[in-house]
Amino acid sequence: MVLNNIEKLLEKYENGETSLKEEQELKNYFSQETIAPHLEMYKPMFAYFSISKKETFTKGVPLKTRKIFDYKWISVAAVAVLMLGFYFGKPMFQQEDDLGTYDDPMMAYNEVVKSLELISNSLNKGTGKISYLDQLDSGISKISYLSEMETKSKIIFK
Amino acid sequence: MTQAEFLNIVMPFKDKVFRLAKRLLVSREEAEDATQEILLKLWNNKTKIGEYKNVEAFSMTMTKNFCLDKLKSKHAQNLKIVHSNYQDHNTSLQKQIELNDSVNWVAKIIENLPEQQKMVIQLRDIEQYDLDEIAKMLDMNNTAVRVALSRARKSIREQLTNTHSYGTK
Repeated sequence: MVLNNIEKLLEKYENGETSLKEEQELKNYFSQETIAPHLEMYKPMFAYFSISKKETFTKGVPLKTRKIFDYKWISVAAVAVLMLGFYFGKPMFQQEDDLGTYDDPMMAYNEVVKSLELISNSLNKGTGKISYLDQLDSGISKISYLSEMETKSKIIFK
Repeated sequence: MTQAEFLNIVMPFKDKVFRLAKRLLVSREEAEDATQEILLKLWNNKTKIGEYKNVEAFSMTMTKNFCLDKLKSKHAQNLKIVHSNYQDHNTSLQKQIELNDSVNWVAKIIENLPEQQKMVIQLRDIEQYDLDEIAKMLDMNNTAVRVALSRARKSIREQLTNTHSYGTK
């Protein structure tokens, strides 16, 4: 009786028409010790299904919380730096402004001349070096003959 | 979403993802890597997780696509060599060993099925999903799933019958 039922179920099973409940019935039947000899070959199949279901994933999952850099905090930091700058910066500028003065006009004049001379001296050093540029110019004009030669040779080889 | 909330969603089906991956990729290591990859993808898209109707079905589809891609790519060449073509001639051993052996046979038979049938067998006979759910996961229609399932079951039974009667006839 039971066997008859199982055989019917097996047929349905092979046509893919069994419900999950009926499949469970089949599984239960084939998990028994003794089953009908002509159905013996189904046993490993259902046994395998039950075994495979027990396999588990053992490796850990490295869930990194990606820290997304929040750019709005940059503006906050910038404002803070600016405020600090204004707060601490001001007295320093005032100090730099006050460099002291000469009381005697003659002495002041001498000092100005001295520093202007210093500036012009170092400026002249620079211009001396720039004068090489003239030589470069003449060099370039000589090279330009080459291009003329090239056009000539093109004409010849044509 | 916090890590704990995410894990609560993912934990119930991570093994299913792993088993499907293993069914397709065969080697355990590959399947583990694939599972990690899938879970990480889910985690990275965790803001969208609420939009999915069924996270589990969605993950299974993802797994399927991921593994099939992997099989297509060169990466599959790194598969661990398993004894898929090893033949056993010790048919006349004790019953217990025989059973154990034939259980391994089932694994080998399934391994040689086409990918689609493998997945259907995995999802139905091992994970016990509804046919409709399977259809959704695999982007197939209901009848196609049924047909694939029927073919897979028949071919497993046929091959088992052959090995079972091996040496007796």
